[in-house]
Amino acid sequence: MPSDTSNPKPKIKLAIYWGAACGGCCVSVLDTHEKLLDIVANADLVFWPIAMDIKYKDVEAMPDQSIDLTLFNGAVRNSENKHMAEVLRKKSKIMVAYGACAYMGGIPGLANLYSKDLIFKRAYEESESTMNPDKVRPVVQFEVKEGTLSIPEFFNDVYTLNQIVDIDYFIPGCPPQSERLIEVFTAIVTGIGLPPKGSVVGALEKTNCDGCLRKKTDNKLIKRFYRPWEIQDDKETCFLEQGVICMGPATRGGCGVRCVVGNSPCRGCYGPPPGSPDPGAKMMSAIGTMIDANKPEEIDEIIETIVDPAGLFYRFSLPGSILGRKLL
Amino acid sequence: MSYRPTIVAFLCNWCAYTGADLAGTSRLRYAPNIRIIRVMCSGRIEPTFILKAFQQGADGVLICGCHPGDCHYQEGNYKCLRRFKLIQKYVDQMGIEKDRLQLEWISASEGRQFAELVNNMTKTLLILGPSKIKSSLEVEHLKQ
Repeated sequence: MPSDTSNPKPKIKLAIYWGAACGGCCVSVLDTHEKLLDIVANADLVFWPIAMDIKYKDVEAMPDQSIDLTLFNGAVRNSENKHMAEVLRKKSKIMVAYGACAYMGGIPGLANLYSKDLIFKRAYEESESTMNPDKVRPVVQFEVKEGTLSIPEFFNDVYTLNQIVDIDYFIPGCPPQSERLIEVFTAIVTGIGLPPKGSVVGALEKTNCDGCLRKKTDNKLIKRFYRPWEIQDDKETCFLEQGVICMGPATRGGCGVRCVVGNSPCRGCYGPPPGSPDPGAKMMSAIGTMIDANKPEEIDEIIETIVDPAGLFYRFSLPGSILGRKLL
Repeated sequence: MSYRPTIVAFLCNWCAYTGADLAGTSRLRYAPNIRIIRVMCSGRIEPTFILKAFQQGADGVLICGCHPGDCHYQEGNYKCLRRFKLIQKYVDQMGIEKDRLQLEWISASEGRQFAELVNNMTKTLLILGPSKIKSSLEVEHLKQ
């Protein structure tokens, strides 16, 4: 990517926004280090709440389709997230769901195991640090003598970005690898190598196991599963062969297998590989063949060591999965 | 309209489907709530199939394969059993009652047992009531 400022090509207009997110995705943009200067050389940042003071009304006043590229990170949790997703969709030529939360729901998506009511009850009544004898809960609108105060409405469900607005591309990861962002950004600036709309970009077609350097054999029969803290990892054998559940077989590569290199099993933030709509189902299918027992009682015993299938297999993908939420 | 449960059943080609066929050719009467999908082996049934069936409104999902030791492909039914146990734990966590997902072994000669199984499962589902997936998904449709 040329960093020459005399480049006559007009700069593209770039917006970065966060919905229900931790801020890690925005930091991953900064993690491009000196390459950030290349981005700034080729793009004018028109909106980026973490770094710039631009108000929502300024964005709303922009002409439609005037932003070339929007990186939207975070899931849609409340009416403010939804409103901004819709505004940015209208103002942007290309809208990218950036990171696991926007792509599949991410960690905030685990709230779909509960309902709005259960969450409010826990947060405003039951939690150990809460003193709320009158059981006051947030309300969307509140009348005071100066006028009406309002806050965004908290939805019952967490949504992926694609469930709210049309998305052009998806970049997975929690957060996405900064190197991948540079590649995708270059492709969008130059227009070269852009896949069809709706593609997952900045990731590989193969699973994480493909790039994993740990020793693997065909012997993947397990008598008992361990949570990572229950076992001393030998730092070289495949995690699954040691009995630690690693999401590698059901996860797209592209992150550089960083967790496993750091001696931690894959947690699946890059989402399912092409062709499998539901990462947890894929993983349960794989685990099913690994359980080393044929008698129902023995199988039950082994499955008991998988304590929380929903939270483990769908850690980053519950709202985007087939069932989407706990049925209440 | 009164509630009539829908059961999506995945039957293996060699034992269970033949057993269901026998129930038919023997002119046994059983509950008409079942929708049968034939697969070559119960080991072919991916968790995705089961979840998709529930997502699209099935009140129950029934899996039938050959008896242990009788699998046409040696051990497909054991793989099915292990996956079934795991996915049953998952769907239970997701608020789908365990009894909505059942696994039974049906041999090619067990037409009568198949008919009874369908009747019993239909009864169980009548007691459980309709699946909550419809009401759960109808709550909010936000996309414009």
